[in-house]
Amino acid sequence: MAIFIVRRMLQSVLVLLAVSVVVFAAVYAVGDPIELLVSPDVGQAERDALIARLGLDLPLWQQYFHFLSRALHGDLGTSFVHGVSAVELIVQRFPATLELVTVAIALTCILGIPLGLVAGLYRDRWLGRGIMGGSVLGFSLPNFWQGMVFILLFAVWLGWLPASGRGATVDVLGVPFSLFTAEGWRHLALPAVNLAVANIALILRMTASGVSEAQSQDYVRFARAKGLRPGRIVRRHILRNILIPVVTVIGMEFGTLIAYSTITETVFSWPGMGKLLIDSVYQLDRPVIVAYVMLVTMLFVLINLIVDILYAVLDPRVQLTEPSA
Amino acid sequence: MNTPLLTTLAAGLACLFAGTASAQTLKIGLASEPTAVDPHYHQTTPNEALIYHIFQPLVAMNADMQLQPALAKSWEATDDTTWTFKLDERARFSNGEPFTAQDVVFSFCRILNNETAIGGGLTNVARRIVAIETPDAHTVHLKTAAPYPVLPNELARAPMIWSGIAKHDQLHYAPKEGCGVTSAWPTVADFNKGDMVVGTGPYLLKSYVKGTGVVLERNPQYWGDAPAWEQVRMTAVPAAGPRLTGLLAGDFDLIENPAARDLKRIKDSGFAHTIKPSVRVMFFQLDAGREQSPLVKSPKGDNPLQNAQVRQAMSLAIDRKTIVQRIMDGVAEPANQFIPPGMFGSIEGAPPLEYNPKKAKELLAQAGYPDGFELTLSATNDRYINDAQLTQAVAQYLSRIGIKTQVDTMTRSVYFPKRAKKEMSASLGGWGSETGEASNFLQYWITTRNPELGVGSSNYGAYSNPELDKVYLQAVRTLDDDKRSALLQQAVKIALDEMPSIPLHFESGVWAYRSDIQYEGRADQRTMATAARPAQ
Repeated sequence: MAIFIVRRMLQSVLVLLAVSVVVFAAVYAVGDPIELLVSPDVGQAERDALIARLGLDLPLWQQYFHFLSRALHGDLGTSFVHGVSAVELIVQRFPATLELVTVAIALTCILGIPLGLVAGLYRDRWLGRGIMGGSVLGFSLPNFWQGMVFILLFAVWLGWLPASGRGATVDVLGVPFSLFTAEGWRHLALPAVNLAVANIALILRMTASGVSEAQSQDYVRFARAKGLRPGRIVRRHILRNILIPVVTVIGMEFGTLIAYSTITETVFSWPGMGKLLIDSVYQLDRPVIVAYVMLVTMLFVLINLIVDILYAVLDPRVQLTEPSA
Repeated sequence: MNTPLLTTLAAGLACLFAGTASAQTLKIGLASEPTAVDPHYHQTTPNEALIYHIFQPLVAMNADMQLQPALAKSWEATDDTTWTFKLDERARFSNGEPFTAQDVVFSFCRILNNETAIGGGLTNVARRIVAIETPDAHTVHLKTAAPYPVLPNELARAPMIWSGIAKHDQLHYAPKEGCGVTSAWPTVADFNKGDMVVGTGPYLLKSYVKGTGVVLERNPQYWGDAPAWEQVRMTAVPAAGPRLTGLLAGDFDLIENPAARDLKRIKDSGFAHTIKPSVRVMFFQLDAGREQSPLVKSPKGDNPLQNAQVRQAMSLAIDRKTIVQRIMDGVAEPANQFIPPGMFGSIEGAPPLEYNPKKAKELLAQAGYPDGFELTLSATNDRYINDAQLTQAVAQYLSRIGIKTQVDTMTRSVYFPKRAKKEMSASLGGWGSETGEASNFLQYWITTRNPELGVGSSNYGAYSNPELDKVYLQAVRTLDDDKRSALLQQAVKIALDEMPSIPLHFESGVWAYRSDIQYEGRADQRTMATAARPAQ
């Protein structure tokens, strides 16, 4: 296990290096942030001073080298627009995205897996067909359109829930979360559901097809022949076997949502990381974009590692060390 | 009962009444987020809108861009190169400290010693001040190298901060030597954290979380009239649709810049709105200086935009009234010069710019282009109100007089760098003359580029007219208001005759709000909680 983790860490460092080169080159090839930052009433001297201060007068390889040496000291650069550390900007937004995504993933697990199970077990009845049919709607309606319909329905017409922003927050260990206030939940409800709908549909369908496949397998037939209660068969034999791909997908979706819940965050003006990314792209805030991609890459590397470990827990046959032969 | 007691009682009652009537929160939906609370960080409208809730300048602009007293109760040019400001003795910082001449010295020193600022237009202004004398705690002499009549107008954008936020000995204005400050100068991060946000304005900063919003609270120490709202919450919602639904759903009491096409909907839903003509002029800047222009193809192989007759013909071809009605939904004013009529230095009673395609064709033929030429209009598609549609319309008008016009619109992050590299022949521009007078537009967009004088920095069309430059430079060194106004009008007149930039319209600021609120819009498009009151 330990060797496996060390090996994976080394791989991760290489991945991060490669990503940093690509992202840096790509982002720095586009546009000139000075023209966006500096208004025409700024004199040439100030303009030049700013260019020098931001390091934009250096050749690309030197800029990259500076970036790398600072990154090794844990500094991913300073936002051009806000004048503060890029990581600080991202970290400030992280709790908002994390709680949104956590609630969305929780909804996905709570609704997706049981519904998929029901749909798989009662495949040929109206209940199963209804659930499967509904799930098609779930991922074929565009995310932003869904969000707008939610806002129109629940915020504008019915007036039950707020249309935008995040509710009051409570500090937990110095991190602001809105999960602990009623107002926070009111704000969270629409964007979280909006984010969850497509995922619920995805997990539901995966579970359902897994269940119906497992039902025709020999081990399930054997268990049934042994006279085991249906509930036990579902829990011990079917669910356990089909959950591995489901867990993988949920893990990847968790990462994807954290990194790219941009559309939902934009529609609901949710002050998370996705919105920061979009804003930074518009403003050519290079350090923030680079830092963002680096952090997201790290996140994915980490999630992959955790998913691999979870495999082993779910299925002892999975070996974490590679065969020595 | 004696009079002082009566007054005290009355004042107490008034406070009590004001307290109960207005102990409320105003929730504002902004179109863009301020990038910092540091008042000397970046001169953008969203930043300034936030800052002027908390800090104040020496003199301020009212909603119509007229100068009025703020921290200084009076000001005058005491000689050719000295402006004397009398500070208001009542002015106090939110921590109870009086506002004095020392704070003025400190504020200008900080502007010039601000390592973290980006794009400091403020630095340009502060640099013109060569010495500051403080004969007493409430008198300040600002000395400039040359006569500088627009200094007060420009100081309306220079917020004053408290000298106590940095350790210092006796303060004296020597920016290069540090002015007597012994600790590090405050950075943008220090302000964003909130502990250095000590201002003289009507509100205090309660919290500032980037991306989440700003919360302000009434400053109990405020030395002026108490604002109507106990608390103000500002949240940025950049997309117009969600911002409007936020208003309709009750998340916001007041939003800025709703889309003009939604105004009917807003009215039908029982909300009110304010339209205020702004000082922002939209225009096409033409590549009038160069022999060859990249996006022009002329039958003669030259650059027709160098010819003033061609530029006039283009202006004559554009029906500004129809553009304002059809494309701007009536929420704009056709422009007849570069700053709104009525502002200092504008031409009084100037006629509307004529729409006459027939005359335009004749003029084009006279100039030697009877069959026109080919031209590409460049514009943003995400910066100004309806920028892309506006450009399309202008292209169609130009095509009608025989100029085969293409349109190339792009996102702002691509557009602005390209324009700076002079890769365009006719580029859409927008500029708000925040000083509220005519010299500002001329300085940046029309005069010949000269980095030493700090003029012509946005003259991407490289237009150059020594006569105009002469009149302009004379104007900005003339202290006598009447003479300066006449000179500025003369310069504007030359610019309109020569037409290096074709003015289209003045954008209007729009605000929508709950019908039980009254809101007065501002020509500088800042959204101020102080301009909103509960309706009577």
